[in-house]
Amino acid sequence: MNLPSLASPLDLTVVARDYRAWSQALTRRVIVCAGTGCVANGSLAVYQELTRRIAAAGLPVVTRFEDEPAPDSPIHHVSKSGCQGFCQMGPLVAVEPDGILYTRVQLGDLDDIVESTLVQGQVVERLLYKDPATRQICRGQREIPFYAQQQRCVLEQCGRIDPEDVREYIHAGGYAQARRAYLELSPAEICAEISRSGLRGRGGGGFPTGRKWELTRVEPGAKKYVICNADEGDPGAFMDRSVMEGNPHSVIEGMMIAARAIGANEGYFYVRMEYPLAVERVRKAVTDAEALGLLGDRLFGSSCSLRLHVMEGAGAFVCGEETAMIASIEGKRGMPRPKPPFPAQRGLWGKPTVINNVETLASVPMILRQTAAGYRRLGTEKSPGTKTFALTGHVANTGLIEVPFGSTLRTIVCDIGGGVIDDHGKVVKEGFKAVQIGGPSGGCLTQEHLDLPLDFDSLQTVGAMVGSGGLVVMNQKTCMVQMARFFMRFTQNESCGKCVPCREGTKQMLALLDDIIEGRADETTLTLLDQVARAVRKSSLCGLGKTAPNPVLAMLRHFRPEMEMHVLHRRCPTGRCKALAVPEIVAERCKGCTACKRKCPVNAIEGERKQPHTINTETCIKCGACAEACKFNAIIGI
Amino acid sequence: MDNHPTLTINRRTVPIRGERNLLEVARGAGIDIPTFCYHSELSIYGACRLCLVDIEGRGIVASCSIAPEPGMVVRTHTEEIRELRKISLELLLANHEQSCTTCAKSRSCRLQTLCRRLGVDQVRFHRTQQQRPVDRSSVSLLRDPNKCILCGDCVRACSEIQNVGAIDFIHRGAETTVGPAFGKNLADGECVNCGLCATVCPTGALTPNPETDAVWRDLNDPQKTVVVQIAPAVRVGIGEAFGMEPGSIETGRLVAALKALGFDQVYDTSFAADLTVIEEATEFLQRKAAGERLPQFTSCCPSWVKFAEQFCPEVLPNLSTCRSPQQMFGALARHTLPDALQVDPDNLVIVSVMPCTAKKYEAKLPKFRTGGRPDVDHVLTTQELALMIEEAGLQFQQLEPQSLDMPLGFKTGAGVIFGASGGVTEAVLRFAVEKVTGVRLARIDFDEVRGEDSVREATVTAGDTTLKLAVVHGLKNAQDLAEKVARGQCDYDLIEVMACPGGCIGGAGQPIPRELQTRARRTAGLYQADKMLQLHKAQENHLVAQCYQTCLGQVGGHRAHELLHTTHQNRRRIASPGLNVLGQGSDSKLKVTVCLGTGCFLRGSHGLLNALTERIHEHGWEDRIQVAATFCFEACDRGPTVRLGETCLHRCTVDAAWNAIVEQLEAAPVA
Repeated sequence: MNLPSLASPLDLTVVARDYRAWSQALTRRVIVCAGTGCVANGSLAVYQELTRRIAAAGLPVVTRFEDEPAPDSPIHHVSKSGCQGFCQMGPLVAVEPDGILYTRVQLGDLDDIVESTLVQGQVVERLLYKDPATRQICRGQREIPFYAQQQRCVLEQCGRIDPEDVREYIHAGGYAQARRAYLELSPAEICAEISRSGLRGRGGGGFPTGRKWELTRVEPGAKKYVICNADEGDPGAFMDRSVMEGNPHSVIEGMMIAARAIGANEGYFYVRMEYPLAVERVRKAVTDAEALGLLGDRLFGSSCSLRLHVMEGAGAFVCGEETAMIASIEGKRGMPRPKPPFPAQRGLWGKPTVINNVETLASVPMILRQTAAGYRRLGTEKSPGTKTFALTGHVANTGLIEVPFGSTLRTIVCDIGGGVIDDHGKVVKEGFKAVQIGGPSGGCLTQEHLDLPLDFDSLQTVGAMVGSGGLVVMNQKTCMVQMARFFMRFTQNESCGKCVPCREGTKQMLALLDDIIEGRADETTLTLLDQVARAVRKSSLCGLGKTAPNPVLAMLRHFRPEMEMHVLHRRCPTGRCKALAVPEIVAERCKGCTACKRKCPVNAIEGERKQPHTINTETCIKCGACAEACKFNAIIGI
Repeated sequence: MDNHPTLTINRRTVPIRGERNLLEVARGAGIDIPTFCYHSELSIYGACRLCLVDIEGRGIVASCSIAPEPGMVVRTHTEEIRELRKISLELLLANHEQSCTTCAKSRSCRLQTLCRRLGVDQVRFHRTQQQRPVDRSSVSLLRDPNKCILCGDCVRACSEIQNVGAIDFIHRGAETTVGPAFGKNLADGECVNCGLCATVCPTGALTPNPETDAVWRDLNDPQKTVVVQIAPAVRVGIGEAFGMEPGSIETGRLVAALKALGFDQVYDTSFAADLTVIEEATEFLQRKAAGERLPQFTSCCPSWVKFAEQFCPEVLPNLSTCRSPQQMFGALARHTLPDALQVDPDNLVIVSVMPCTAKKYEAKLPKFRTGGRPDVDHVLTTQELALMIEEAGLQFQQLEPQSLDMPLGFKTGAGVIFGASGGVTEAVLRFAVEKVTGVRLARIDFDEVRGEDSVREATVTAGDTTLKLAVVHGLKNAQDLAEKVARGQCDYDLIEVMACPGGCIGGAGQPIPRELQTRARRTAGLYQADKMLQLHKAQENHLVAQCYQTCLGQVGGHRAHELLHTTHQNRRRIASPGLNVLGQGSDSKLKVTVCLGTGCFLRGSHGLLNALTERIHEHGWEDRIQVAATFCFEACDRGPTVRLGETCLHRCTVDAAWNAIVEQLEAAPVA
């Protein structure tokens, strides 16, 4: 990209004006989602092929600002965007201003799109989303229930603008708030405004961002740092990645404002290595911002300067913990250290440092734009604003969502998520069992919490946490002990090994869960499990250690009967724990169809045609093939 | 409470006297909060989570990382804290090789002590310990990862106090272990054998490598005459192993015990220390007069010598060439004792008892051998000797003190204070000042070089001469000074370096100190021992003087140099013969070594190497030339460097190298 350097701050508006003049000449915009999910499904090929075919169809097409639009003919602008959210239905292609969203677009669909939509203005119905609940065909985002219940604020530009073109961001009002921060606001005023907005850290802890900044601002010292924590490590969570991939400049602008607020002139992006696309886009965004003079010396003509470095993590979950991240940036072993001193006092290389999560930083320009009061219009009193979640699991619609704090789980699971599904993908009414919220070290919500307004504090009272925003829905067929073990294995694997309770305790909790699942447990197992879990929570060194036993604690709190069933009666109610399974044929339901008998690999099923069958539990190897084969749900206990 | 601010611990009002954390405040109030990873001399690590306390309004926190604040209300053993501590210990035990009965650390294991103190009476968890190989490579130390509780004390001690970093954490999470880089053995790395890691290790994961069996075997061999030297610091440390106070002077009982164990002669390393004073002070005065190779660094600490060889080779010329007292003794004993005691040299076994683990390494160096035998056969630490005394069933406290054997058991106070940091300097001063002024020294105490600070300096005037002295312990401090010396930024005349905190009295071979004041009390013991002797200056040791007459000749003379001095070796680079590129090595071949270090590589040495091998192939000289690639001849500014046999060619080209090869091959007869 050939960008002119901005000699004076006024040129921001020039960039926006030029871009607007150019974009106004465009008739139609075709936005191909280039988030990681869609890219994995082949969206980049779709993007390239689409451009080629539009041109082949004789329609004028541009992909970049530099491409001179041919005058007086309808011009198509094909662009890439960051994550549009509905990852499950990708690759997604939006057509604006027609308000069309095509889903699962493959190369073979492109001729149809070009011919019908771009040439004739017709919708290709088969590519539209069909709501499985109502069988309604949805033309665009507005009709799709997945989007309709969301309030996309942080993600507003994600999925619309081209993340690789800084001018699109500027045209959408970008960097104006950074400019204000450097030219019109004092650091104290910025901190005060962020404090008034009530913004709380989106990385897990929910610490008030304004207070964090203020604490760092008042620390003496000429050298301070700002760090963007983009080491999003929770399995299944991809909120930060989507923001970085979809709108990296919003994060940079947030960092600029944070730097101004605390008096930092250097900053780091710490992005996890497993996010190559995010790394690439953030790197490009920083380079472009530098080329424009948005980063560097004399920012907006002020005397301030700011340099940003992009650093890749090496794959350790614990490096998302702020003191471990600082150690990692310093080139040391990524392990947390005791606090105090807090990073605000002694952070990177011993200097006062602010560390904020991606989503937190991306919210900052928006807050300055809307004012604190404006920001508080959404969300709850103590948790204003919106929160992004990565919605996955046994739910009809999965993807990246954003809802105001105070929304209920029911809205998220039933409306946005389209309801709970069974193991075969069918929506089942009474299927909901629980959600795991906030990643492995978050907590569990059950049916009784379906109408709980979700925010930082309400979640804490029920033993869960917002965390970074992973949301895994589980249906009735999920064994909670197995779930606890799954998440426990993650926290155990990712324990850095420094402090005793976390290193040794997670190992023992995992072993005790194994005992339960393998049928080796007795009453003492539960007592011991409870004791270790509480000890690890209470005495671990860092936040990750303190929350590592949460999968176990949540299970003990919400699913104690299920747990006891495993331990005291050696039964797994869902039949998932093979070692405890005792398959049985319910005589009343069995029609004697022999389907199970024919499937059984070890001939453990006996019975005459049209007579109830029985299982010989001695021979049975608990493979579950019979239950799969039975059409009458007559086989239970496996 | 004077005017100190106060806080409340367990309903008692306790003063805050500038302690850096709550744990220290509690210690000051006589409450020993359990901990593995807190050491007052190391950085705060916060990993063992045993030092938990309950602060009103803040809940349970680790007291090591909380600064005391006036008015705090602290409780140190609530029900919850007791429970948490016990679970932590139980978890540790589940992952610990519980071979306590056979563990060398059994009598001083903190894990054992704390489990007993806190009433851990069961381990309800799964055994999760994975068996890992024990590292027996080092002659000084044994490393048993199966007993490691990952408190990191050794890692921090090695890097923060000694700046060596020979060991660090490896792997992550449950796989974490402590060891040298790249999975190497301790002996193959930068370890300087000081054993500070073993001193701070709360369990038996790092212990001195024992030689007791070998000593027992020789003692029980009727053919052998076994003599022993005891280092100064041993006499003020050994008592602790038998429940006596630190610093109590136990020379007499030590001799009695050694005799009872079967040693034929018991001598004193302090005799050799007197010898060291004379040699080293003479060397020092010569350098001072000539104004060269100053400041002079002492060379009695083998850890420091290895450290300097590895990390500060630029100051090697400044190191005294004197051997350590142990090795001076060894050489002298090897040469004089066979005649004096009428024994066959092959049957003379020389043992030393040292407060030190590095002395084991030193004794095994090839340069300290006479007639194919090591000058010192076995080195026992104070701890090992205590174990031997126990094994023999000797009631140490009840032993009747005995005298050392002569002549090598005779010493002055100068040789005794060697065991404390500052002692060598003071002993040298007692010699040098008298020598310079020619006037008998009335005052023998040089208080200005005594003390506990890890870096001390003093100025002493001797007539017209002013001597600027520095005394350091801890190798990090030594390195800082050495770097200043290399940059020409300090004008000291003499720098005494001891690796261990407090000098040899704080050595890793001593009984594990039970309290913070232990080292100071041992030091006081040594100065007390000096006071109790009639003579305090090395030059007054008439048996040393006699030794010069009968055996060593002149002070600093040829014979003295042969027996009492040594050379130091630059170990900055890994000693390796290089990677063979062409042909197998043999004595008859011309060896061509091409440097592939970064500097030479950038100057084209790799191309040069390839061109040379090609030409050798062209000429069919593979059987006459061996080519190897190596790293760095330390002439990076003049690269590429090629070595032919013994000659180095700098700024070498293919033609220059080739011509030199042809020349050398023509000069040498064809094999």
